[in-house]
Amino acid sequence: MEKPDAGPPPDLRPPIIWSDPLSPTDIQPTRLYAAREPVFPRRVKGKFRTLKWWILGVTLGIYYITPWLRWDRGPNLPDQAVLIDLAGRRFFFFMIEIWPHEFYFVAGLLIMAGLGLFLFTSALGRVWCGYACPQTVWTDLFILVERWVEGDRNARLRLHRQAWSLEKVRKRALKWAAWLLIAVSTGGAWVFYFADAPTLMSELLTGQAHPIAWAFIAGLTATTFVFGGFMREQICIYACPWPRIQAAMMDEDTLTVAYRGWRGEPRGKLAKGEVAPAEAKGEVAPADAKGDCIDCMACVNVCPTGIDIRDGQQLACITCALCIDACDDTMAKIGKPRGLIDYLALTDEVAERAGKPVKPVWTHILRPRTILYTVLWSGVGVGLVAALFLRSDIGMHVTPVRNPTFVTLSDGAIRNTYDLRLLNKHGESREFRISLVSDEAFDLSLEGQQGQTVMVPGNATTTQRLYIVAKAGSHAAAEDRSDLRLWVEDLASTDRVHSDTIFNGKDD
Amino acid sequence: MADDPEDRVPENKVSPPERRYPDTKAVTRKKIVGQVQNTGHTWDGIEEYDNPLPRWWVWTFYACIVFALVYAILYPAWPMLTRATPGVLGYSTRAAVQTDIRRVADANAPIRARIEAADLTTIAADPDLLQYATNAGASIFRTNCRTCHGSGAAGVQASGYPNLLDDDWLWGGDIASIHTTLTHGIRNTTDPDARYSEMPKFGEILTPDEIGQVVQHVRSISGQEHDAALATAGATVFADTCTACHGAAGEGNRDLGAPTLTDAIWLYGGDVASLTATVTNARFGVMPNWSPRLSEADIRSVAVYVHGLGGGE
Repeated sequence: MEKPDAGPPPDLRPPIIWSDPLSPTDIQPTRLYAAREPVFPRRVKGKFRTLKWWILGVTLGIYYITPWLRWDRGPNLPDQAVLIDLAGRRFFFFMIEIWPHEFYFVAGLLIMAGLGLFLFTSALGRVWCGYACPQTVWTDLFILVERWVEGDRNARLRLHRQAWSLEKVRKRALKWAAWLLIAVSTGGAWVFYFADAPTLMSELLTGQAHPIAWAFIAGLTATTFVFGGFMREQICIYACPWPRIQAAMMDEDTLTVAYRGWRGEPRGKLAKGEVAPAEAKGEVAPADAKGDCIDCMACVNVCPTGIDIRDGQQLACITCALCIDACDDTMAKIGKPRGLIDYLALTDEVAERAGKPVKPVWTHILRPRTILYTVLWSGVGVGLVAALFLRSDIGMHVTPVRNPTFVTLSDGAIRNTYDLRLLNKHGESREFRISLVSDEAFDLSLEGQQGQTVMVPGNATTTQRLYIVAKAGSHAAAEDRSDLRLWVEDLASTDRVHSDTIFNGKDD
Repeated sequence: MADDPEDRVPENKVSPPERRYPDTKAVTRKKIVGQVQNTGHTWDGIEEYDNPLPRWWVWTFYACIVFALVYAILYPAWPMLTRATPGVLGYSTRAAVQTDIRRVADANAPIRARIEAADLTTIAADPDLLQYATNAGASIFRTNCRTCHGSGAAGVQASGYPNLLDDDWLWGGDIASIHTTLTHGIRNTTDPDARYSEMPKFGEILTPDEIGQVVQHVRSISGQEHDAALATAGATVFADTCTACHGAAGEGNRDLGAPTLTDAIWLYGGDVASLTATVTNARFGVMPNWSPRLSEADIRSVAVYVHGLGGGE
């Protein structure tokens, strides 16, 4: 690290003016409100762009295709692989079925999502924002459509500035129609997670779908269309809370997109035949030599949020790494090594400026903080998987009636009442037998049933009232509390579940 | 504006981008750090930009204000002294609740008609009728009956409100008897068909010694600790005085609402003090008649509910 009183290097001291001084008429007083300046990102090719296309394809593919996958669960249960059945209070995920009292699985998944976010943000910076966030992915897709219809950056700029003509109307209409189609599919895919997809699709096409389905599709179509087509980076900069949280999660070892100012400055255009200066690897460039940055503005032109990465890390930079690809492209064209803009940690910057060797990349990713997150994340995951496999296919919840705690019968016997909730998670009805184990002697009877068995319908919960009687003069009748254990057994599969409860005697 | 040469760009060429955006004449301030004005304060060298708010944000804010004004005109909004401004559309949450109640009542009308028409003893055998009657009965019980019989229907011994959960019934525990008790009540003055009986004040008829003896006899026939000598003497008093209503062996008489004195359940208490007070001052429990306050379907529902609490016959 630099000595404290040396201050930051000269090229980072504010105010930073990279360009030649501008005339005073170029500077306007600050207005209170300003219209959005449209951003026209240029096409770029490179490994990060390819990675982003892959992630876009996979995530959108999963989103659109999943509701259509089928999973056979027998005749009584839905056959959609992933289904959130709100009315039936069930969540189906392939072979897993979650009941409402098992909502802690969702809580566990959310905790894992949070820990996962901390993990890859502390290791790799704002990779969620730049690669996986739905706003980024759909905006990327919409810009792709825009490029197909209207052309690359220069053609789009021209179209934007030209007066309304037949050509402009035609191109805009085509673009909006394509966007609308994508937006409707997006809204549609969303509602298909909550209902059986083929059934709902045919209902939508024949006009028989429930109004709430139409409302949600309309809402999501509107938001996708507006957010992806027009709001774009305004969401990232003004509406979304993540940028502010992400910045707090990064530290000095986090890899993030940065500009190697010490290598690139002072920037300036190279004339033909001009010799490029040596890189700043231990060699000091001559005072009038130019840096590697030739001010080609490629990094600015490809940026989807319209920032200049050479200004440094900023809130609006979603670290999508397209500027890295653009600059590498330029560097290749002028015969310079890649990496003028690169994934870099702050510690790397300090090392490079001092001419010292840089830490290997894996030490940035594998360090105590990230290892701790990984351990916690896996711990929660293992716990959830274990809980999933330890679940039984039947369940019983016992609620003793406490008002009153006991009833005296005419022969002096003491009776307690219990409300049982019997859960049958199989697809078909099962017969459950209730029994009792205790140190005391009790008689057990089920309300409305002849014997001690109850028929419970498939995939349902049945309430059953249970009476337990302690004979007059017995120990339990006179005792304030006695312990007992209730067992429920599935006669077809011999699964057994128990629940401990108490018997209240006459408390004199 | 159209003449400005800076605005015109040749159709087949795009000039290389300068450090300005083509559709604004001014330099984009946020693109060149140092040109954005800051608020002027410096805290330990840290400064703060003064970036303009996006215009879409301001217009969304204006739209919210317009929406609020329109809403305040259409819907109830401004509180006044005794009510709020009613709103042009005439919407009222009270009216909405009334509509909801009517809608549910209409939906329930068929099953209520079936309950009214069915034979009382057959309701419990039909799962639909049983489910409706039990739930409706529970709800009505919670509103009307709970004040005396307790929210758990266990009664209040200090006041002599019977426990409806046990298998001891004063006037009959079959569903028809329960229905009659609910419809006409007990010993009230508002229904001529109310069940009626009257226990005399034996404090004016028997001597205190005789009362003591008969109390011990009652304790002996109900299987409690008693004084044997007094109990034997009390048997004679009992036979002369009490058997007319309470039965030859004290087994009770449901036609008269006279409780059985031989079981473990006591309306007012089975200890010597309570029994003495009962015999001396008599008891006169009153229950209101629920017809016409509750409809016939409601009374039948409560009867089914009470019958199903665990002690019905």
